[in-house]
Amino acid sequence: MIYEVFRQERKGQAFQHAGSVEAADEHFAESYAREQFGRRGESVALWVVERGSIMRIEEFVDELNRNYHRVDGYPLKEKLKEARERAVARDR
Amino acid sequence: MSELLLEIADDELILGWRDSEWTGIAPFLEEDVAFSSIAQNEVGHARALYELAARDLGTTADALAFDREPSEYRCSELVELRLPEWERTIARHVLYEQADAERLERLKASDDPEVAGLAAKIDREEIYHRLHAEMWHERLKDEPRYVEALEALRPLVGRRNGHSPELTTLWEEMTSVRRSQPAGTTW
Amino acid sequence: MTEQEQGFLEYVQSGGQVETDDWMPDEYRARLRKFIEMHGNSELMGVLPEREWILRAPTLQRKLALTAKVQDEVGHSQLIYRVVEDMGKPRAQCLADLVSGKSKFHNVFHYPTKTWGDVGVIAWLVDAAAIISQKALLKCSYAPYARIMKKICWEESFHILHGRDVILTLMNGTDDQRGLVQEALDRWWGPLMQFHGNPIPADEDPMLLWRIKSQGNDEARQQFLDGYVPQIRELGLTVPDPELRKDEETGRWHYTEPDWDELMSVVTGHGPKTEDRLDLRRQARENSAWVRSVLLAA
Repeated sequence: MIYEVFRQERKGQAFQHAGSVEAADEHFAESYAREQFGRRGESVALWVVERGSIMRIEEFVDELNRNYHRVDGYPLKEKLKEARERAVARDR
Repeated sequence: MSELLLEIADDELILGWRDSEWTGIAPFLEEDVAFSSIAQNEVGHARALYELAARDLGTTADALAFDREPSEYRCSELVELRLPEWERTIARHVLYEQADAERLERLKASDDPEVAGLAAKIDREEIYHRLHAEMWHERLKDEPRYVEALEALRPLVGRRNGHSPELTTLWEEMTSVRRSQPAGTTW
Repeated sequence: MTEQEQGFLEYVQSGGQVETDDWMPDEYRARLRKFIEMHGNSELMGVLPEREWILRAPTLQRKLALTAKVQDEVGHSQLIYRVVEDMGKPRAQCLADLVSGKSKFHNVFHYPTKTWGDVGVIAWLVDAAAIISQKALLKCSYAPYARIMKKICWEESFHILHGRDVILTLMNGTDDQRGLVQEALDRWWGPLMQFHGNPIPADEDPMLLWRIKSQGNDEARQQFLDGYVPQIRELGLTVPDPELRKDEETGRWHYTEPDWDELMSVVTGHGPKTEDRLDLRRQARENSAWVRSVLLAA
């Protein structure tokens, strides 16, 4: 079975995919992940999971360009320019 | 105390040397990497123990590891054998780890805090060796060739009535580069 | 080339990255898989010349360092074969093709090692030549391979230092020890100069076009000479090529043209140690087949 290994380099950092090991069961997977991805003190933690248990999601729909909840939905340059000009005019 | 230290150091050195022979040709790649770490740890344990003994004896770890005659080593026959069959290597691994665990307990109870401290450190590393040995034992215990190997090697556990001729062969190879230059040459 | 293939080519040439399940042109997939497989083979075969010296290492520190270095190489082959396997070719098939001589591995691993001097020269110079190639693969368009190259390059960093340490110690030692280094260098120089492959113009090199490699063969060789000839000479060692010199104006090294026929012959399985080493691999594999069966029968 293939086990995917995720490693954390230092506390506080995100776990990143490091690679995979082939192992007969969890015990072997633990031993092999530990050695392949941690023998040099390069990781403070590992997550090891059998490949079949991982759910992959790669299709995302946004047919109607829902930018109301994204930064690119808020082009404020023109409005800001106008508001500044109006404030200056009121001051005169 | 130097006696017991040397006994364990010599066992770990020779066993580590034998186990390192699998690096590159183990049954499969993941196991090759894992078993090589075990071999390196064993040599590392030997080094730490030699360093401790070397201070009392006024010498160096390398001198203890390489520059004695084969007859002066205190290792057991069990670790001296060249075992190019995986079932025999694992059988020895399982038997050795059991015996070594008991020996380490004695060392951990030593009056000398440095010895006790080092024994505790070594013991913590050995946890992984034992897990590895158990893991393989579980998988192989119904295999006839493994059962035979255990039976053949079990009588050698704890036997220290002299050395196998294989130790001399190993020693000659192990020291061949070192002996090619005068004693004290740096490598 | 179809429109889809053309689009893909433009995508990778502008830095686009490809993942395992993405669509790839057949030519890209085939070249890539063969290239990566040869790399995996090379890491695994590279272990064999060095293994003997693990047993003969003259100090505990050298013993540990050399074992760790060889262990890394096995680990690299594991990472690399996993990438090949995820592309569709099982590891067992890769190993079968390797031991039958069907697939290739780098020239340097077909040669014998004769002394402790070889141990130093391999770790210092052969690994250096390999690292230059490996760094160029960090930008490989095939992302799973680029990602493992990062770990591989990181682990290689100690290999070179270990090599340099061995060499410097020998050069600071006895006349015999210095002799070991020069003699080893004399034997390894030819294979080293062939290592990066025969010169192919960049625009004719498919590996560059598909952004599998980001550096041409000649460029890699020049980089090696730039980095290491000064290091070799400053120790009082002689490079066994009377033609070797740097043209100060162009910055390019001139050298005796390597024997490309020899390279071709060696990588197609006719190196001095090819047979022996493949036999060793084959034997080891046969002897341990029962272990793999037992583990599979979960």
